Amino acid sequence: MSDLVLVLVTGLGLGALYFLAASGLSLVYGLMGVLNFAHGSFMTAGAYAAWLTMDALPGSMAVGLRLLVAAVVAVLVGAAVGVLAEAVLIRPLYRHHIQQVLVTVGLSLASVAAVQGIWGSDPHPVAKPALLAGTVEVLGARLPVDRFLYLAVALALYGGLLALLERTRLGLVIRAGVENRTMVQALGIDVRRTFTVVFGLGGAVAALAGVLYSQYAGTVSPLQGGSLLIYAFIVVVIGGMGSLTGTAVAAMAVGLVQQLANYYAASGIGDLSVVLLLALVLLLRPSSLKGAAA
Amino acid sequence: MSSVLTLDDVHVRYGGAHVLQGVSFEVPDTGVTALLGRNGVGKTTTLKAVLGLAPRTGGIRLRDRDITGEPVHRVVAGGIGYVPEDREVFGGLTVEENLRLVGRTSGVDAPIVEELFPDLVGRRSQRAGTLSGGQQQMVALARVLLRDNDLLLVDEPTKGLAPKLVTEVADVLARVARTTPVLLVEQNLALVRRIADTVVVLDAGKVVHRGEARALVEDPALTTELLGVSMRREEVA
Repeated sequence: MSDLVLVLVTGLGLGALYFLAASGLSLVYGLMGVLNFAHGSFMTAGAYAAWLTMDALPGSMAVGLRLLVAAVVAVLVGAAVGVLAEAVLIRPLYRHHIQQVLVTVGLSLASVAAVQGIWGSDPHPVAKPALLAGTVEVLGARLPVDRFLYLAVALALYGGLLALLERTRLGLVIRAGVENRTMVQALGIDVRRTFTVVFGLGGAVAALAGVLYSQYAGTVSPLQGGSLLIYAFIVVVIGGMGSLTGTAVAAMAVGLVQQLANYYAASGIGDLSVVLLLALVLLLRPSSLKGAAA
Repeated sequence: MSSVLTLDDVHVRYGGAHVLQGVSFEVPDTGVTALLGRNGVGKTTTLKAVLGLAPRTGGIRLRDRDITGEPVHRVVAGGIGYVPEDREVFGGLTVEENLRLVGRTSGVDAPIVEELFPDLVGRRSQRAGTLSGGQQQMVALARVLLRDNDLLLVDEPTKGLAPKLVTEVADVLARVARTTPVLLVEQNLALVRRIADTVVVLDAGKVVHRGEARALVEDPALTTELLGVSMRREEVA
């Protein structure tokens, strides 16, 4: 019983990280039709920005406080990188989907090379607050506290994004744009400005995912964002491009399946199970779990 | 009579297809101008060229303003309302949200919606995708009428509608045209005869006829030659 509880909480914690990684990707594709392979670079940018900020802050400051400040800096850096990438690389290529893929793949490769060139290929350990490094006993299982943080952040983000989509004018334009962006323009709305905001938002959320994933892994490394991006794509395909609720459900399903398979089948089989889950969803519901509804 | 819209030698090319081949005409600043022609001659493309939804060359002026190079949102915000073929309402949004997209203060409670489309008031929370074709057309019309327009572009508003709804849509357009000029793409000649003042006929991407609406519609030989159809004798009478 305690093993099952541990596996479930770990799976949900991992699912929360996948949701953070995938939600921005999903919104960007749903609204703009841009398959952003550079999304992993935004996560890496966030992770490294947080690591550098924590190192730059005085050692006398509590690790938890340093992490909090670093996360804020990372989110700002992620938003700035997202806006810059949209303005410089994506905007000139809005009607050229192949070129968009090429340029975002190129940015992804270039950013990995740049990070390796500046900070080296080896992983760097990141400081973890004592509270997050500890465990708590629930139903006889010793559960890592950090999993609950990931879940809380994912829940808060889900609620925040849902409120943004359902209760603000920006959200209304995004939901309409996901359905038919040409018609949004034909109502006199400058949808390109919304594109920039959504790309910035996607960058900020990706950066936060990068920070929390580096806490989960205990290190930052140049390829971390890319490996998380693979799961983010799987989650988005299963959940439906542009569907926030679909993304949340798919992220939790992927995290749980991966952990359950790793524990009860064989270590390492979790990744294969995720791919099988993807294939199963595509076979049974080719339009994904939630279609394109936000 | 002065013009609200002027098209001067407008061309549209999609890949290798030369869809509009030097279209020139003017839309008077009062009443309804019907844009007619057989299927595939470029009527919808002409509306899209005006808006910037189709890649166009040539000259397009809204009153004295050259809008040829302007992006779609600026053309629309500058005074052109567009009701597309097949309505294109946002099916996942409610009726209220569809109308609120046009502006912060717009919505089902706007006086013009209550006056022209009272049926929508009780459906404010209904998803537009679940409305009937006629109700969706009302949403599509309402959302452009919530804005002050210099000109309305309306593309086949009665397509697929029951006769009673065709009459309702015609009534709305006739009322709107008292204050705002309308460029109307329409296949229904009886409706054209009822509400249009002037006509422009396209064939193979070119203007082949301009004149008074009644004179064309009531001339079976000419409508058959230009449009391939004519109104029945009793409809003309």
